[in-house]
Amino acid sequence: MKLEAHNLNAFYGRAQILFDVGLKADTGEVVALIGRNGAGKSTTFKSLVGLVTARTGQLVFNGTDISGLPVHDIVRLGLGYVPEDRRIFTDLTVEENLDVGTQPARAGAPSWTKERLFELFPNLAGMRNRGAGRMSGGEQQMLTIARSLMGNPSLIMLDEPSEGLAPKIVEDMANAILTMKDQGLAVLISEQNLHFAKMISDRAYIIEKGRICFDGTMAELSNNDEVRNTYLAV
Amino acid sequence: MSFLFIQFLNGLASASSLFLVASGLSIIFGVSRIVNFAHGSFYMLGAYMAFTLVHKLSGGTIFGFWGGVVLAAAAVAVVGALVEMILLRRIYQAPELLQLLATFGLVLIVQDLVLTIWGPEDLLGPRAPGLRGAIDIFGQSFPQYDFVLIILGPVVLGLLWLLFHRTRWGTLIRAATQDREMVAALGVNQSWLFTSVFTLGAFLAGLGGAVQLPREAVNHVMDLQIITEAFVIVVIGGLGSVLGAFLAAVIIGELNAFGILIFPQLTLVLTFLVMAVILVVRPWGLLGKPEGVVRGGAGAERPIKPLSPTGRNATVALLVALLALPMISGNYGLSVASEVLIYTLFAASLHFMMGTGGMVSFGHAAYFGLGSYGAALTVKYFGVPMLAALVAGPAVAGIAALVFGWFCVRLSGVYLAMLTLAFAQIAYAVVFQWSSFTGGDNGLIGIWPAPWAASPTAFYYLSLLLCGGGIVAVRRITFAPFGYTLRACRDSALRADSIGIDLARHRWYGFTLAGFFAGIAGSLYAFLKGSVFPDTISIATSVDALVMVLLGGVQTLAGPIVGAATYKILHVSISSYTDQWRTALGVIIIVLVVAFPMGIVGFIQNRLLRSGRVEDAA
Repeated sequence: MKLEAHNLNAFYGRAQILFDVGLKADTGEVVALIGRNGAGKSTTFKSLVGLVTARTGQLVFNGTDISGLPVHDIVRLGLGYVPEDRRIFTDLTVEENLDVGTQPARAGAPSWTKERLFELFPNLAGMRNRGAGRMSGGEQQMLTIARSLMGNPSLIMLDEPSEGLAPKIVEDMANAILTMKDQGLAVLISEQNLHFAKMISDRAYIIEKGRICFDGTMAELSNNDEVRNTYLAV
Repeated sequence: MSFLFIQFLNGLASASSLFLVASGLSIIFGVSRIVNFAHGSFYMLGAYMAFTLVHKLSGGTIFGFWGGVVLAAAAVAVVGALVEMILLRRIYQAPELLQLLATFGLVLIVQDLVLTIWGPEDLLGPRAPGLRGAIDIFGQSFPQYDFVLIILGPVVLGLLWLLFHRTRWGTLIRAATQDREMVAALGVNQSWLFTSVFTLGAFLAGLGGAVQLPREAVNHVMDLQIITEAFVIVVIGGLGSVLGAFLAAVIIGELNAFGILIFPQLTLVLTFLVMAVILVVRPWGLLGKPEGVVRGGAGAERPIKPLSPTGRNATVALLVALLALPMISGNYGLSVASEVLIYTLFAASLHFMMGTGGMVSFGHAAYFGLGSYGAALTVKYFGVPMLAALVAGPAVAGIAALVFGWFCVRLSGVYLAMLTLAFAQIAYAVVFQWSSFTGGDNGLIGIWPAPWAASPTAFYYLSLLLCGGGIVAVRRITFAPFGYTLRACRDSALRADSIGIDLARHRWYGFTLAGFFAGIAGSLYAFLKGSVFPDTISIATSVDALVMVLLGGVQTLAGPIVGAATYKILHVSISSYTDQWRTALGVIIIVLVVAFPMGIVGFIQNRLLRSGRVEDAA
């Protein structure tokens, strides 16, 4: 198993956000963490990558216990993280953004070059030297994923990758994610959009009020009206 | 004409050194968000070390001189790296202002260190070998060495540009300046980045000091002198912008060079006036960008609460003890106690502005000092009785705060803080240089209390009444609707704005009130000491107030009271035991910041809360 989390609890100050969250993701699969706004999706990702430090539980990535490691060490083990709000370095050019993400190639993970990433995200190829502040939302979303891939991760976490994208771009995004999976990456996405999750995911977790309430294959989720109506109906 | 050209060149030459220091400060701030007060100390160390190394190395050779200069800068870089690794690394999670306080602790320590190693006399460095002569320009002579300096600035600017735009390190630094957490989330080790940035910044400051060796005498007050100028330049140029620092350095360098011809007495005023104008027109400096909301790791603040019954009892007990003090204390003790009370009100007024109003001031001494001068001048020129002077002083301070505040409240964060410093420096310069009216450096003496308040006991009770009353009033305002409004503006400007609160107006009133209360403290201080000196408006006094507030903790109302008492008593007792009071105070400040990043009262509250939670659970 690439990534395993057991009994993950996370806190903001004195408020507990996550309660005994457990999830797994393995190479060659896309796993979706589905939930409403404020359910704890982003906090789960931030806890896994070490951005939320007030956390307890067993977090094992690639056989290494990462629960006590600082962010940069976790990322250097090959866990890529793409935040929901993209956080592009707008003062830098597209290429410079990719440079910041660059890490040495590692065994057991697909290795990326700028050229390969420009194939994956053709839109970016034409704007290598453009300031990243002058890009559309969709282009920024592509760039933030490409930037994390430059670190040659073996697992990538995408926090709401389809959020705010035009329908055409959502399709491109789905294809890009499937390509990553085919390249041998483990992909963990968080979504509110069940439709998008269905297009690409093999397995799904549903999170509600900081607790995992469903764990199964995407097909099982599609067939389970009760779960969908309870946790995902608006 | 030729003379003006020479002045122009002079301005450029001094701009280079200013730029070196300011660019280092700017780079450090950009990445680490630390306002490094000790940057002037690095500059001073660079100058002193160059003095020693150039003497040791050279028999007057070119290699010896420049080798010494570069080695001195390198030595300062090593000091900078050590400071970052040993001290700053521990406090990156602390609130920004405490980091500033810690670096101020360093300033004090370095001052003593320099006095101990190199002594109090000014030291004259050698002139640069091969560049001792002067060049003839339009019939005027201009030192060769200054030409080298003129070139040095742009050369360093170019090298820094290459470093930032042509190396991976530079790309990382620029990225971290924008979003350092994201840089970490891409696998970059921040501590390494921070150390390297701090080392580079210290190197530049050290170099800036070292190259001054042939131009001016090395002395032990150059640190605070340069840090003020460097702050001004960084703020004018825009925090984090190296090119901005260069432009600003040229502006300030030229301003000094020409200002001295036109208003030889008021160059300082001119500098700060230019800064005030630029900040009002461009609130983020020439090339700066609006500050993102950078919250420290401290998390959300607890709302300020009215006193609990325990707190009420403690306050009453304290009051009784203070009322009874004259029965057990001698005259000296009473005068120290009066001073502590005065400083407590001073700190409480700054706390009102910082804690309640969310406006950090680096220049709160302006209102304390103007209160002092307001009282003293009315006594001196109108012969009014003490009580009238005690009204006039705060009125002067309040009016000054009203005027200065109008400009300041339009800015926020570090920029606001720097503008307050600018106004304080203007006030200082006016008082210092207008000696026919204010007595200048000699101050005003013979400002004694009225006969009925002349005894130490009577004056102590007067101080207790006014300062205690002032503190109660400040508290009362904090819990009045106006106080709530101020706190709303502090916590979310956007939300306050959108529910129809006139932000600038409320902050302006808050600013003015804070100045008024500082003025009460200042007026009393004049009568306590029987005199006023420009020191009361100096940066040192402003820093004293900051230290007191931060020591106690910004987020608690009791903070300034505990902080002022702790600081003043430490100050009095340390200086009676040792000559090295600066080192002692510096070390104590640093230890307190590292140990109590939330201030003393904040620390105690946290402990109480935690033990409370354990009890709840059990």
